[in-house]
Amino acid sequence: MSAVPADGGAGLWMLAWRRLRDDRVAMVALGIVAAFLVMLVLSATGLVAADWEEEVGVNYAPPTFVGAGPATAAATAAAVPVPDNPFDPLAQDLRALRAQLGTEQTAARRASLPFGADKWGHDIVKKTIKGGQTSIVVGLVAALVAVGLGTLFGAVSGFYGGLVDDLFNWFYNVFTSIPSILMILTVAAVLQHKGVTTIVLILGLTGWTGPYRLIRAEYLRHKAREYVLAADAIGASAARKMFAHIFPNVSHVALVQLSILAVGFIKAEVILSFLGFGVPVGVVSWGSMLNEAQNELLLGKWWQLTAAAVAMAVLVTAFSLLADALRDALDPKVKP
Amino acid sequence: MLAFVLRRLWQMLPTMLGVVLLVFVLFNWVGGDPAYILAGKMSSPEAIANIRRQLGVDEPYPVQLWIFVKQVATFDFGQSWATGEPVGQIIASRLGPSLTVLVPLTVLETLIGVALALAVAFVRGSLTDRAVMVACTVGMSVSILVYIIVFQYGLAYQMGLFPVQGWGDSLGVNLLRYAPLPILIGLAVSIAPTLRLYRSFVLDEVHQDYVRTARAKGLPERRVMWVHVLRNAAIPIITHVMANLPALLIGAFLLERFFGIPGIGREVILAVERSDFPVIKAVTVCVALATMVFNLLADLLYQAVDPRVRLA
Repeated sequence: MSAVPADGGAGLWMLAWRRLRDDRVAMVALGIVAAFLVMLVLSATGLVAADWEEEVGVNYAPPTFVGAGPATAAATAAAVPVPDNPFDPLAQDLRALRAQLGTEQTAARRASLPFGADKWGHDIVKKTIKGGQTSIVVGLVAALVAVGLGTLFGAVSGFYGGLVDDLFNWFYNVFTSIPSILMILTVAAVLQHKGVTTIVLILGLTGWTGPYRLIRAEYLRHKAREYVLAADAIGASAARKMFAHIFPNVSHVALVQLSILAVGFIKAEVILSFLGFGVPVGVVSWGSMLNEAQNELLLGKWWQLTAAAVAMAVLVTAFSLLADALRDALDPKVKP
Repeated sequence: MLAFVLRRLWQMLPTMLGVVLLVFVLFNWVGGDPAYILAGKMSSPEAIANIRRQLGVDEPYPVQLWIFVKQVATFDFGQSWATGEPVGQIIASRLGPSLTVLVPLTVLETLIGVALALAVAFVRGSLTDRAVMVACTVGMSVSILVYIIVFQYGLAYQMGLFPVQGWGDSLGVNLLRYAPLPILIGLAVSIAPTLRLYRSFVLDEVHQDYVRTARAKGLPERRVMWVHVLRNAAIPIITHVMANLPALLIGAFLLERFFGIPGIGREVILAVERSDFPVIKAVTVCVALATMVFNLLADLLYQAVDPRVRLA
């Protein structure tokens, strides 16, 4: 469309990357987000934390740096011998079972773990990694669904205009007149099946309005540009003009929206799971960890709460800083 | 002016119709047969047929939609499936507790947010400014759940500064005894995003010509910020506050749930847990209506704040 940029043909993405690379905060944030994603991949492929449900510690084993607490001492001393009932026909089996149980408990369960254990003696570190896997996957996939829908609607609405645009705008007004959290709860009430797919659908289907508004505005700006007219002249179809020609030029808006929505959805998943509308029983997420931790706190067991809260805060902070930096780096109005 | 209001009210009709349609489609098509939910696990075919007849769900869809439209128009949403109480009565009685927390929260949030935004924008670019912005980003990243759990445990349970939860009958007791901790947590959660937003509104104004003029004629910096800049930054601030009011109403649902406050938010969560569709439908429609009305009010307030704004 235009002449080669002055600095040796560097395109929008190259320039954005250069700007991003000069931003030290952004690079640290990018590193942290990348580390979480690596952890996610390792956890999803079963290389890390696959055995998080193994009972490696005693109940509520405290973190190593705290030292074994009185609760632990009580738990280890629990192996009090129970006298056999001479009339019990199952005495033999019971003795065998008890012996088996006793050896397993004393052999396998540790008094303290690096970051402690939960009610069942699960390692908090592994649990946090596994919980992060659920929360991040839900956040990212839901953001992809929402941005995908928003981009599709925005493209069609902005490109065609007229009656189509009116219809989508009406739809947008209807959706935005219901606050998102109420919308999410309403859809949660309607979809009775609980599961990771459901929560992705709930968040994805209710989150398209923001991307829609921005993408639509971009398509309105771009559809009359010369390069689109040129594509029209050589006989490109409407779909081709919309997605092969215009979309690459507005994709930075979609990318920034994706990172902003992912942050919001990770936070929303935690709240939904906490309320019991999210991940099903047996699936661990940061929200379900906070849910368990609420009662533990009354017993003075603060480590599960801290682990989930800190892991989430670090990821969300890094993600938000990255999103801010991305927006600055990709904004064509900001010249390097 | 009157023509503007009338036209805006007229424009609300298609949106409201859309909300009704959306809610109807969600609950009647996607939501499955309410009779099965109501009858529970021990359901016989006769019992289900009975319930279907009572609810009117054996009627064709257009008839059901017409019933719903009539309900919305008359604000008579029938009875709660869970308690049999009229839905209108439920909403009316839950409004008070919600407002007892939300009105002070909104007022304090706006005042503190505006004051801090002006102060931070005044020293923009300085170390203080950057430190506050980083603190805001970190503060926004901690889940509201964590704030609630930690504050409730620390300030109420351990230190005994506030009641752990509960709600009284008189406004005074509620306001002085039960509301302060939820309000404090609400502030802790909302002040960071509010401050970031308001700071950007103020910064948009700081570079305008009139600010340079005001400085040039020798006005003290304090007066420039508080009178000239604030007056102009007020428009986006008002929009933000007004647009957020209806969302706030249910946005505080976690606070209401944790502190046992019998407000709208807690009612919605209860209704979702019990599949109490009439209550959810009614709250959704009412909040959507409130959103539209508050948007209109925000537009009207514009003119009061800025004489340049013409409502055409």
